[in-house]
Amino acid sequence: MLDKRIEKSPVPLTKDDFASDQMVKWCPGCGGHAILAAVSNVFPRIGYKKENFTIVSGIGCSSRFPYYVHTFGFHGIHGRAAAIASGVKIANPDQSVWIATGDGDSMAIGGNHFIHIIRRNIDVNILLFNNQIYGLTKGQYSPTTPMGQVTKTSPQGTIEHPFITAGLVMGAQGTFFARVPDNNVKLMTEVLYEAAKHDGTSVVEILENCIIFNDKAFSSVTSREKREENQLILRQGEPMIYGKDNDMGIILKGTSLYAVKIGIGGITEKDILVHDQFNPDPGIHRMLGRMMGPDYPVAMGVIRSAKASTYDDLVEDQIEIAKRNSSIKCVDDLLNSGDTWEI
Amino acid sequence: MTKQKNIVELEDVVVKFVGDSGDGMQLTGTLFSDTAALAGNDLATFPDFPAEIRAPQNTVAGVSGFQVHLGQRKIFTSGDMCDVLVVMNPASLKANLKWVKPGATIIADESAFDEKGIEKAGYKTNPLEDGSLDSYHLIKAPISLLTKESLTDLEIDKKLAEKTKNMFVLGMMYFLFQRNLDNSLDFILKKFSNKPEVVKANQVALKAGYNYADTVEAIASTIKVGPAPMEKGRYRNITGNVATAWGLLAAAEKSGRPLFLGSYPITPATEILMELARHKSLGAKVFQAEDEIAGICSAIGASFTGSLGVTTTSGPGLSLKSEALGLAVITELPLVIVNVQRAGPSTGMPTKSEQSDLLQALFGRNGEAPMIIIAASSPASCFHYAYMASKFSMEHMTPVLLLTDGHMGFGSELFKIPKVADLPEINPPIAKANDHDYKPYRRDPVTLARKWALPGTEGLRHRIGGLEKTNIDGNVSTDPLNHELMVNIREDKVMRVANYIPEQEIMGEETGDLLVVGWGGTEGMLKSAVGHMQRAGKKISLAQFNYIMPLPLNTAEVLSGFKKIVVCELNKGQFVKYLRMMHPEFKYLQYNKVQGLPFHVKELTDVFTKIMEEK
Repeated sequence: MLDKRIEKSPVPLTKDDFASDQMVKWCPGCGGHAILAAVSNVFPRIGYKKENFTIVSGIGCSSRFPYYVHTFGFHGIHGRAAAIASGVKIANPDQSVWIATGDGDSMAIGGNHFIHIIRRNIDVNILLFNNQIYGLTKGQYSPTTPMGQVTKTSPQGTIEHPFITAGLVMGAQGTFFARVPDNNVKLMTEVLYEAAKHDGTSVVEILENCIIFNDKAFSSVTSREKREENQLILRQGEPMIYGKDNDMGIILKGTSLYAVKIGIGGITEKDILVHDQFNPDPGIHRMLGRMMGPDYPVAMGVIRSAKASTYDDLVEDQIEIAKRNSSIKCVDDLLNSGDTWEI
Repeated sequence: MTKQKNIVELEDVVVKFVGDSGDGMQLTGTLFSDTAALAGNDLATFPDFPAEIRAPQNTVAGVSGFQVHLGQRKIFTSGDMCDVLVVMNPASLKANLKWVKPGATIIADESAFDEKGIEKAGYKTNPLEDGSLDSYHLIKAPISLLTKESLTDLEIDKKLAEKTKNMFVLGMMYFLFQRNLDNSLDFILKKFSNKPEVVKANQVALKAGYNYADTVEAIASTIKVGPAPMEKGRYRNITGNVATAWGLLAAAEKSGRPLFLGSYPITPATEILMELARHKSLGAKVFQAEDEIAGICSAIGASFTGSLGVTTTSGPGLSLKSEALGLAVITELPLVIVNVQRAGPSTGMPTKSEQSDLLQALFGRNGEAPMIIIAASSPASCFHYAYMASKFSMEHMTPVLLLTDGHMGFGSELFKIPKVADLPEINPPIAKANDHDYKPYRRDPVTLARKWALPGTEGLRHRIGGLEKTNIDGNVSTDPLNHELMVNIREDKVMRVANYIPEQEIMGEETGDLLVVGWGGTEGMLKSAVGHMQRAGKKISLAQFNYIMPLPLNTAEVLSGFKKIVVCELNKGQFVKYLRMMHPEFKYLQYNKVQGLPFHVKELTDVFTKIMEEK
């Protein structure tokens, strides 16, 4: 549901309403351009008044984002976008709050804020630009860089186990997680709209190509030749089928998921799992989020979208109850409450 | 029948209740203070408890105390040396005897001075019996035993009976000070309203203690402290931390900007967070963040969107917030940071007070990041300075750091209740909808404050952040001259606040032999010491600073009227360094103490006398 509290625009909006007068300074070919295009598509479609969007960011290439969209914007400090945005949303629930952040910003220096905003389920939308590298500082490994990769700070290959973003988000009790490749603006636009509708923290992980420092990091999944074979695009209520000939699928056997070919070993379409993003139980969502090659396709689209109360709603409820029940209605009441005496 | 007792009338008395952490000394001290306040005494209190929640029973490490200084004159401090010490066990005697005046009254629970207790406290012999307390007026009473006996008719369990011994001793104190029991009886009734047996036990113990003291011969004379001459008005007792919280609430209400507190628990600042969390009915939003950094960052986010953003902390937390302080400086947003100072460095001594964060407050940020610094000087003054910090922050669009300290935060004094209508107006420069002239860094020509453009307002969409921006337009810029211009403007904006703060006051004559300079929480002790010497005819005055950055405009004038200047601080000399930098034309002596303890009047008068005698 779109937020009823946030005022709608009286007139239809277009992407021009959100066009910034600033020069976009990302490298040509950077995945950021596609994300900007998708956001420019989806903001007018959401339909809130154009003054009711606030974009908050941290530090990194991703975090230049607020300058490129004509909304209220706040470019913060490294890792702290989630904390700043928490203050924005709690203080002003009438804003649709978006966070632009990266893998380093949110999962290294800002890891703490990232898990806690998710745990609290504050109603913000997180655009997580995951390029598996530090771009702005020119090519050091990040918490999502695959183990063994050679970077400027890992000349012999990294010796760290990377985070799987989906696992971290669901481990933090995330209620909304989606993943999209940067070269499918249509899917990204759909997913961002779903994220906007979700009550609570929505994390959209965008597999973003860094053409300078980590080019083709996702090409085995996102390239034109490989994507049909190696991407499972999830749709609510539909069987998890993928592949060039739509003959591959995901089944649950025992406690694990398996990628299977329909028609082989007696598998029929009926055996294929049907996606239920709304399932409160995160079990299957977690398994979907962890899938990767070579044995599995990578799950794209909305993996999880579960209902839970949001922090910002509960704050408003508590204030309303306190206002109704407390005898302290103003600061003069407070100053004169309890033991006082006249001299 | 009540025997006729002598009455000793005193100007002021320092009373300290000490016992094991679980003995209920904080409650006893609070009730004693409230009753004194109702009787018209002026007073100041200070709780003194260990960092551990429950240290091993009956050891010196586990001693918890509550000190109250009451008088029939104006009281500035919670006092230094005690006139009356109430001790509930040997360990508390051991830990506190050094703070007792010669000839003072000591009331001791004899029943707790058994072999085990004496040994645990580290005594070889029983101090109540071995003559070591001969120079004091010792009142021994088997308090625990008598309490249990007084409750035998109630058929309550032993543990509960044992727990009410603090009420028994409070009753004894009420007799000693000839106080009315009604306020405490009423408090007990309200506090335990759902446990009638607890109400009964505590009330019986309180009365029994009073009657016991009345009957025994041990108390030869009672003490009378009459009402203090106080300005007419409505009063209450208030701690510095609560006063800080209320000052912030008052500023939010007056300015029409909702209060948002982003904070993380840290001793001794936590009470402000807890207090504000209780006042949602006033619309205050309180966010207990995951860490200190999230505390300040959420407050900055809230400020961006139109709230009075506040974060509260103590020294180590201020260190963690440093980067975000710079963000508030460069984004030119209102933000109040309250630092309840404690003894450092690092974790230091969390429950002990110090003034050692001043240089960090002034200079502890990367880049040129000037900030308004204000220091409160007593528990009740925290209300005023929290209010003024909020006012300056919102009206001048820049962060303000308010320094209090643990002593002030935990301590209490009487507070004349103001009316919100009488408080100074607060007018934040809020940008109007569809203001075609609006630019993020267009400024008021007088204050240099930029406008506060609230998200949701039509025609005001804009972006700010931690990257340097062009003046007026607010576009990202690395232009060298623009950066220098912005650095200068941000500094000038802070310095211009000097035009809005009061002139520095002097307690005493404007010229003389010695000017004592202090800042913040040492006010009470310095006033007492200087006042004492002024009454003795010395040409000594006091300038206690509350506005640190910027300094009051008449600072040089104040400093120029004296033969000597001594700057007294509970640190290694931080304010004096700052004064030497800002006003190098004067020669400064300094007196410093870094023990996690307040100054004592006697040590100060000794120091001042020596300085005045030296050629």
